[in-house]
Amino acid sequence: MTSNDVTRLSGLRAALDVRAAVIRELRRSFEARGSLEVETPLRVAAPGTDVHLDPEPSGDRYLITSPELHMKRLCAAGYGRIHQICHCFRRDEAGHLHNPEFTMLEWYRGHATYLELADELEAMLPEVARRVTGSTRLEGRDVDLAAPWERVTVRDAFARHAGWTPGAEPDPDRFFRDLVERVEPRLGRGRPTVLYEYPASQAALARRKLDDPTVAERFELYVDGVELVNAFQELTDPVEQRARFERDNLERLRAGKPVLPIDERLLDALGAMPPTAGASLGVDRLVMLLAGAGSIGDVIAFPEPWV
Amino acid sequence: MYETSDIRKNLKVEIDGDPYIVIDFQFVKPGKGNAFTRTKMRNMKTGNVLERTFKSGEKLTPANLEERQMQFLYCDGENYHFMDTGNYDQVFLTPDQVGDAKDLMPENTVVNIMFHAGKALGVTLPNFVELEVVESEPGIKGDTASGASKPATLSTGATITVPLFIEQGDVLRIDTRTRAYVERAKK
Repeated sequence: MTSNDVTRLSGLRAALDVRAAVIRELRRSFEARGSLEVETPLRVAAPGTDVHLDPEPSGDRYLITSPELHMKRLCAAGYGRIHQICHCFRRDEAGHLHNPEFTMLEWYRGHATYLELADELEAMLPEVARRVTGSTRLEGRDVDLAAPWERVTVRDAFARHAGWTPGAEPDPDRFFRDLVERVEPRLGRGRPTVLYEYPASQAALARRKLDDPTVAERFELYVDGVELVNAFQELTDPVEQRARFERDNLERLRAGKPVLPIDERLLDALGAMPPTAGASLGVDRLVMLLAGAGSIGDVIAFPEPWV
Repeated sequence: MYETSDIRKNLKVEIDGDPYIVIDFQFVKPGKGNAFTRTKMRNMKTGNVLERTFKSGEKLTPANLEERQMQFLYCDGENYHFMDTGNYDQVFLTPDQVGDAKDLMPENTVVNIMFHAGKALGVTLPNFVELEVVESEPGIKGDTASGASKPATLSTGATITVPLFIEQGDVLRIDTRTRAYVERAKK
């Protein structure tokens, strides 16, 4: 086994060079934009209630599935531009785009809209790619990261690729099945796609649109069918946030999953939070795309089977 | 029943009354949504490939398959006949169903016959068979230890690659999974 591991690891050198360069250039980009790098705990009392994320217990706490809740507490305290690169943990997620422990870039910008965040990313990502690989074109994929990107609403994308238009609360089975089978594979071809305005029931921590409450102000960035970024116009209403936590827990119960603690400190802080846009990016996936790899396991030194 | 987390290459499942073997699979999950396993499966009866996506939590039925040891009796010029030496039951397989096993299967070999819902579907050879060389050019002298090789035709019709020192009449041990020469069998 040992010699196997040595061979495997020495073969990863080029990919690990890309990984180090991606992390360095992401940091440089955020610093250049005046963002403060922060750290938040990996072991937390309240890991969020998302119905489809299963946090790993760690003693009497949980490992984070995302650093979002603590970072929002910093936003509420007036930290206007913050970012973090950290590990997140999601149980039973393993595949060519998933590893149960993975690297996340998470960032927030106060007094910005989520679509301004998309604009900023449209400037930043090609710059990072150019500094890492010398080009905005992806090796082995027919994609150029250079602006302008495609922007399409969830409704339009479903109408085009799935043949129906989701309302405020589409049947989740139908919505997700068509999303993974028909919509996602067709996004981000040739150039990245910003998929925005999600059905209100798929808001997660995003605010509903003021002049159309059937949709949530949320976008995801797709590159060659790969979901790379998820972004929200952050929900800052503690009453609605509590209702969403409770509704999630009810759904978890129905699905036979454990109910998770509600983050009372976040709810206390939320009222003080200015309008803020926040986003997260799967660093392993970005490294995979820039390294010309087909699986994130090819760009992680110790992916799940080798831990 | 299988869970979606049991899905692996070569898993055999029952779909619409037919046995399928998983030839490829992928875990897919939107960041804020249900997990799915996207699969490609081959129908073990027709060879057709089916793409199917299973939602996490869905159950899959194991294929109704049974393997029985049987002896290969003979080929009647078209079909291949096998017998259960315990109860003398006989079945036959078509050339398509026998597939690649055809030219490495000497008469009287005990093989595994796969049955689906009682009907014979295919054959798996033992991992190793011993077969006689019926034809092979003599090796060229002076080129013995260097790993040089030549073709040899076996009694069952297969042509495989062998080392130069192998002669007509030699009995060879063959790995049926790779169709590769292993060694000269002891006489």
